[in-house]
Amino acid sequence: SWALTGKPSALSTDQAPNTLEEITNYNNFYEFGTGKTDPARNAGAMVTDPWSVEIDGLVDRPGRYGVDDLAPANALEERIYRLRCVEAWSMVIPWIGVPLAGILDRAGVQPGAKFVAFETLYRPEQMPGQNRPILDWPYREGLRLDEAMHPLTILATGLYGDVLPNQNGAPIRLVVPWKYGFKSIKSVVKITLTDRQPVATWQAMQPSEYGFYANVNPQVDHPRWSQATERRIGAGLFGGREETAMFNGYGDQVASLYAGMDLARDY
Amino acid sequence: MRASINGALRGVPVWAVWLGGLVPLGLLVWDTMAGNLGIDPVRDIEFRLGRTALYFLIASLAVTPLLRIAGISFMKFRRALGLLCFTYAGLHVLAWAVMDMALLWGAMARDVVKRPYLVFGMAAFLMLLALALTSNNASIRRMGSASWRGLHKLAYVAAPLVTLHWIWALKTFPLEPVLWLGVILGLLALRVVVPRPLRWGAVRALR
Repeated sequence: SWALTGKPSALSTDQAPNTLEEITNYNNFYEFGTGKTDPARNAGAMVTDPWSVEIDGLVDRPGRYGVDDLAPANALEERIYRLRCVEAWSMVIPWIGVPLAGILDRAGVQPGAKFVAFETLYRPEQMPGQNRPILDWPYREGLRLDEAMHPLTILATGLYGDVLPNQNGAPIRLVVPWKYGFKSIKSVVKITLTDRQPVATWQAMQPSEYGFYANVNPQVDHPRWSQATERRIGAGLFGGREETAMFNGYGDQVASLYAGMDLARDY
Repeated sequence: MRASINGALRGVPVWAVWLGGLVPLGLLVWDTMAGNLGIDPVRDIEFRLGRTALYFLIASLAVTPLLRIAGISFMKFRRALGLLCFTYAGLHVLAWAVMDMALLWGAMARDVVKRPYLVFGMAAFLMLLALALTSNNASIRRMGSASWRGLHKLAYVAAPLVTLHWIWALKTFPLEPVLWLGVILGLLALRVVVPRPLRWGAVRALR
């Protein structure tokens, strides 16, 4: 793999990151199986070079872009972010990537665009989970345009000074740190600017449990379990639980995006 | 054949079943100490304890159908199988309370009455607790055979609840607990369909 370096960012947390071993061996990437270690075991078969991301919809310059076009080496930043999974566990991950806003600006977002839709690679012969109807493949996610343009929102191409391992969503993935992990779609092949709210895979499958916004919110429980606390991966057998922070601790930066909204209804 | 199997089983002491039944616990302790459990050991410990408890519960439910249909008797070991199930279920609940929930009593209490997977799981555990506490000869004498048998029919309720507990705890619909639920319902159906031991001698005589 190739070394990547990212400029340090003021948006990084000063919390200690999880180890590379933890980050790369405890994954939800159902395209490679539903077990936490399935992605590490099975994702090696995914071919990530060549790769292109199609940007289409309400943009001035639609087209297919290579990973290096989207995230050139001189633009890379290191963003050490908290990750909070909807399953009530968490990690801290040193991503390397670029703000999504810059990519969208270069593609030329048209005035009518209100949302951004994302799609994961669909290639069942390399992604064995896609041969079973676990989810409605390909995996899809979406953001409101202002969420997508927020400085915290990045497309990551690396991790811990190296290109992304396949199980973490190589070669390029979304990272939205104030939302539950499933919003941060992996192995992105398509980005569509649109005027209507896009389909999100989990929301479409179980709308009572997974909303479009999926902001980390300790006051709004998953119907089947509490979101008030979380377990930090790597804390050991008796590491206990931590209180979950509103917007995963990024409230100062993002709460204004949701001013006036009822977050218990728009969960 | 049947007679020789039953003869061999009669020679096996109950403590041997206990010894074998504690092997999964020994392996779990070993894997924990050796760091073989993976990135989230708490989850693995809970899962392996719960899964083993379910296996022993199913084994204890299989004893009667096996005797009625095949004439093979594990009856002597049934109490040990049930108590092994409770041992693992108790450790599973303990791991949840201490390691997973860090003894946050308020949060645990709220979850246990509200979350379906915990309602199912805790209801099953309380039933198994009642069965474990009365799994001794003194209880049978004190309660009388009929009411003791009535109480122990709770196992028929607890077993399906355990699989629902497993299904409800996960994000997507898992295949494995559904298969075990099928096995449990099959074993319970066999009790109804075959209400008394098949008389193999009589069947042969009719041919």
